[in-house]
Parts: sequence; structure tokens; C-alpha cells
Amino acid sequence: MKMFRGRDVLSILDFSREDLEKLFEVTLRIERGELRPRLEGKILATAFFEPSTRTRLSFETAMHRLGGSVIGFGGTEATSIAKGENLADTIRMLDCYSDLIVIRHPMEGAAKLAAEVARVPVINGGDGSRHHPTQAMIDLYTIWKEFGRIDGLEIGLLGDLRYGRAASSLVYGLSKFKPKRVLLFSPPSLKLRKEVRDSLVKAGIALEEREKLEVGSLDVLYVTRIQKERFPDPAEYEKVKGSYRLTVSSLEGAKERLIVLHPLPRVEEIDLEVDETPHARYFQQAANGVFVRMALLSLLLGGTR
Amino acid sequence: MKEEELIVRRIKDGTVIDHIPAGQALSVLRILGLTGKEGYTVAVVMHVPSKRLGKKDIVKVEGKELKPEEVNRIALVAPEATINTIRRYRVAGKLKVQLPDQITNLIKCTNPNCITNKPREPVMPTFLTLSRSPVLLSCEYCGTYISQEEIVGQLG
Repeated sequence: MKMFRGRDVLSILDFSREDLEKLFEVTLRIERGELRPRLEGKILATAFFEPSTRTRLSFETAMHRLGGSVIGFGGTEATSIAKGENLADTIRMLDCYSDLIVIRHPMEGAAKLAAEVARVPVINGGDGSRHHPTQAMIDLYTIWKEFGRIDGLEIGLLGDLRYGRAASSLVYGLSKFKPKRVLLFSPPSLKLRKEVRDSLVKAGIALEEREKLEVGSLDVLYVTRIQKERFPDPAEYEKVKGSYRLTVSSLEGAKERLIVLHPLPRVEEIDLEVDETPHARYFQQAANGVFVRMALLSLLLGGTR
Repeated sequence: MKEEELIVRRIKDGTVIDHIPAGQALSVLRILGLTGKEGYTVAVVMHVPSKRLGKKDIVKVEGKELKPEEVNRIALVAPEATINTIRRYRVAGKLKVQLPDQITNLIKCTNPNCITNKPREPVMPTFLTLSRSPVLLSCEYCGTYISQEEIVGQLG
């Protein structure tokens, strides 16, 4: 297991199973009130070049709850980026002002560049359609907490598996464990990218790709939004828009213990009525986000000592 | 006498890069950064009959011994190439090229949304070698796979 302190969090692939289990245990102890890490005097910088509700606010909430403070921006209009400053220079400034930087950026690899430039740890809060490691940590923690394990479960992913960074990151994260099988449900044009799929193949995890959702064997169903903003061609988006939707009737025949997750924001892919079923777990999943991020921030900045 | 020597004479000292796939010699020169302005005598022989490849290209550089680390990157377009070091008309050393584990600042990432394609950022396109035959690279920044055809397309 690698030390957490001072590490960058760019991809879930950089974390071993032991690292993730350590994170889950610290998270659970924080959630139960058994551990109260403190980060007084530490400053978190949030550099959000793309819209965000949960990621940014839950990082900020986590830092405030740990007794630290937060600086940053959400949207580039009010910053020097609007004057043409490049990413590297913006990060260099935040590096001088803070103890840790969370970055979200529309371009893939932006967080890696930020980490190369910054001396303080950098957390990738989502870059383009590739990585969103802390979302995957939250998703895996939610499953782990619910079932007490990830190994041996049947996990289905439904939706835009091509452009959705949450889905890609969850698949990468699952490759660190031993799920019984991973089922990928998506329209043909939104299938999981080969490099992501390969991570499961290399890990020897059984996987199946299907167009039509079948819930019968699943323990977990992870639903994602169609990432409209990442389609290179709007006509392609129009073709797949509304091509899947989880309803109460599509959950007929599901296992009693099936949980439905969604990284949120949800648009139309989960009917509001599903919220009332015992399967819905996406709001708890979002609530877990604060605890996971508290655990991660305190591990990276040495607050658990 | 070998057939290519009817066209180009033997060199006294320098490097002969043999077994380049037919038509790739100019790409090889480009990868080596040989523009013709360096002053070396360079011979390019194209579409020579070859037992192994059917047809092949050969590059001869007179007066310069190329080091393996300089030449290995040509494996992107010429994975079967051999590097012969020539001293006093004799082959003093023979090496097969081997693609390095990492390739920096030679090809561009094909993903337009990759940070390495953003102008004015201090970042060089960097690829990790996933497979040597056929060549498959993965962008160090965005993870995009780059195939042999795409590499040849860029360097050709």
C-alpha cells in the first residue's frame, strides 16, 4: 500500500485494492463519528473550469467540516483565464495559495498536467470524458457499505458508457476487485471505450455487453446520463437521446436487494417514481460523497494522525 | 554485389538502416531528424527486392554512427529494421531496432480533446508502448490508443 500523504489523485487506476479498502474504512469511521480528523489552518483550492454541483460543493463541505478553509472558482468568467491565462499558470498560482488543489477541466489529461506543475497534491475532480476518481471512490464505497464487499457481485452499468467519465472510472475501479460479472448496457454508439473495457479483460473479470437492460441477475445497477456536452456531433446526440430510461416496470423481476446508483445529475434516464422504490440509493450515494472526500482530504493532508 | 550497391556505393564509416518497409524511408529520415541540412552524405534507396520483406527501403548515413536510442524510435514505422554500424567498409555492429517503452514529442494524440493538443501549455505529447507487434501506443495524458496505421498516417 502506498502512503496517502501528499499523493495526487488523478485516476482510480493509481490506487490498489488495499488503498481503497483503507479509504473505505476511514470513511466508515468518520461517518460513524468514531474518527474526527482535523485540518485546521489548511486551505483547499477548487479550480472548476466546468460546471459542477456535487463535486465542488461536497469537497467544500468536506473541507469545512474538517476545520479547513476553501478558496477557488467555479466557472472561468471571473478569473484571468478569461484574459487568456493558460492552465499551467493558473495552477502555479493556486499552488502558492493552497495546500491541495481540486481541478475539474473539460480536457482529458488536464489534471495530470496540473499535478506536474503543482507541488501540492492535486485531485482530479473530472477531466473530459476519462477520469473522475473520487466519484468512483464514492460509488465503490456505497457498494462496499451496502453489501460488505464488492467481490462476487453482479454489477450492471446502463447508459452512456462512452463519454461518461463516472462510468469509465467505476469500471477502472471495479478492475481492482473481483466482481462476479460486469454487464454493460448501452446503445451501440455509446459502448464502453476499448481501453476502459481492456482493464476488465486484463483483470480476468467476466463481462458482457448488451443493448437491452435485463435486471434479473444484478446486485447493483449503475445508471448514467447521456453526456450531451461531450458529443463531437450534435446530430449523434439526437440519435441516442432518450434511448434508455429506468422505470418502476423495468425493475420488475429484480432481486430484492438490487440497489440502483447514479452519479447524478439525473435528467430523464431514471423516472422519478423509481426514487420511491427500495432499490434507489443514489441520494445516499451522493451523501456518502462528503464522508469519502473528508476521508480522502484528511489522508492526503495528514489529518487522521 | 548486392543489388542496392549497383545504385549506391558502400559507405566507409557510418550507419546503414536496413529492412525498412518499402516506402517508409522518408518517414525514417523525418523521425531521425535528418533534414538534409546537417551536411552528412545520406543515401536513400527505395523499393529494393528483399527476401524477407518482398520490397524494402534502405537508408545510409555516411560519417555518423547513430546510437540505438536515437534510432529506436523508427520502430514506429519500421519495426523490422536493423541498424548496421559501418567502420572501414565493414559491419562493426548489428542491432535490431526496438521500440522504446515511452515516446515523447514525436507524434500527436489523435484525441482533439487531449490536453497535449492545447496550445500554450507546457506539455509534450507522450505515449506508452502497450504492444510492439503490431505497434499500439497509449497516450500518457488521456489514455487514447494510437494504432500503427495512425502512426504511419502521421509520420508518412
